[in-house]
Amino acid sequence: MSTPEAETLWLVGGVIVLLGLVTLVSVYVKRRRDLALDPAAVAQFHRRVVVWWILCLLLATAFVLGRYWTVGLFGLMSLRALQEYITLTPTRRGDHRALFWVFFVFTPAQYVAVALDRYELYSILIPVGAFLFLAIRIAMAGDYKNYLERVAKIQVGLMICVYCLSFAPALLTRRLPSQVEQSPSSAALARQEAVQAQQPPGDPSASDVPPTVTRTAPTAIWPEVHEERARLLFFFVLIVQLADVLQYAWGRLLGQRPIAVDVSPSRTWEGFLGGVASATVVAALLSWSVPFPVWQTATLAAATTAVGLAGGLVTSSVKRDRGVEDYGTLITGHGGILDRIDSLCFAAPVFFFLVQGAFGNWVH
Amino acid sequence: MAEPTWAQRAIASLLAFTARVISGASARWVDCQPDTCQRVYFANHTSHLDALVLWSALPAEVRRLTRPVAARDYWERGWVRRYLANRIFHALLIDRRNIKVHRSPVDEMLRTIGDRYSLIVFPEGHRNTGEELAPFKSGLYYLAKKRPDLELVPAYIDNLNRVLPRGEFLPVPLLSCITFGPPMWLEHGETKTEFLQRARDAVLRLKNL
Repeated sequence: MSTPEAETLWLVGGVIVLLGLVTLVSVYVKRRRDLALDPAAVAQFHRRVVVWWILCLLLATAFVLGRYWTVGLFGLMSLRALQEYITLTPTRRGDHRALFWVFFVFTPAQYVAVALDRYELYSILIPVGAFLFLAIRIAMAGDYKNYLERVAKIQVGLMICVYCLSFAPALLTRRLPSQVEQSPSSAALARQEAVQAQQPPGDPSASDVPPTVTRTAPTAIWPEVHEERARLLFFFVLIVQLADVLQYAWGRLLGQRPIAVDVSPSRTWEGFLGGVASATVVAALLSWSVPFPVWQTATLAAATTAVGLAGGLVTSSVKRDRGVEDYGTLITGHGGILDRIDSLCFAAPVFFFLVQGAFGNWVH
Repeated sequence: MAEPTWAQRAIASLLAFTARVISGASARWVDCQPDTCQRVYFANHTSHLDALVLWSALPAEVRRLTRPVAARDYWERGWVRRYLANRIFHALLIDRRNIKVHRSPVDEMLRTIGDRYSLIVFPEGHRNTGEELAPFKSGLYYLAKKRPDLELVPAYIDNLNRVLPRGEFLPVPLLSCITFGPPMWLEHGETKTEFLQRARDAVLRLKNL
């Protein structure tokens, strides 16, 4: 294990220092009752801070323990979110066997495929495989009451909580086209170094090695995970969570026109645009930590955070339809994970495909 | 009942933990605290897991002193169930098929608990299928009448019928919740019908808390 890159230290260290400050503020605000702040808002803020710490630690595992652990932890998060979603969704007796498959077969299979980097499998397992299977299994159970509605509800839950979220850890497994061409992975570096060591200098077969391999320090601290990719995942979660907070802040400051007043009166156009714009600026300022130039980073951040914030609106309407405030308050005593990660779920595939498809080829 | 061995304690803890994970159960105590005093927990019955999950929701030292009352015909089938019922939950198995006059289940329960143990009972008598809470059977009344010192603690088990519905054998990990309410006793001069109605209302009240 070699020392991490300076960019990683700055990015992760910066976030931890920032979180530390936010925690101090949160604890201070909670203690000072004389500030006459809305206690519900203070409690909400406090819960958010706790979740950020958890997310931060979870992502830190990506750097330290490697991709299998990270994929596994995201898998557990998916299961928990799905558990909350299905608990909230009315299902009937006839759905029981189908639900068993959802929890114990499709969700684990999706994450195993991600961990093994079987893109051809995890990209279609749920949208095609589970889609067909669930429709058939529920029909076979013989209960036709609200059939279409039940199939759709379970499918949507699987798509949002499992399929979409799994694209976040999938960032760790795919190799950037730029890494193939320009900055070889540590394994490739080690191989080439071994080749160089074996052959005497001046041997003509060594001359076809591209000049980039003269870098001596390997770039990954764990052989399976490219540190650059782990940093990309960290960066992704950071900007999406940041956009969430900034949307809230802008909405509080300037919020006038709700996007859909019946769904969520607190989600306004001002908050949405402010959140996306300010998260984009922050992302552009942090572009040194990702393998993209400034303008690409900004475009990536704008698209990702816009979809992420819209995702919050989607889960709000699901909740509104079921007549609950939070997924967590459905059954008292459970914290709502889905409330915290809904924007990540929606943003993850957008980020993944932009990185993979569009920008991957244009890297400087 | 002999003191549980080391292995039995380990199995009990493991089982309680697994039950809590699978059922996602959270326990709420409303106007009531876990206690090792002698109690009768009575709850609605919608799933095979009810007794196990309610038992698991209790703290370990209370759990050790609490014995579910269960149907003999279900728990004596197969050695796993028999082992669990006899050695782990120390369940009190009641024969639903032939109830003898001189060995009524209530007397059997009272004899078993002595002055030490608590009971878990499901006074509906059978698992109900719908949302509706069935009328309570009279056993609870006779328990309360013969042992007025027992605390009767109502409990409402929410959503567990979706975790493991009737006739299914594979549980689905949804979130469920157990709410314990304030203890009650048989009031002076209260008739059987009044008391059973009050007990049923006490369970129903917890549903909407």
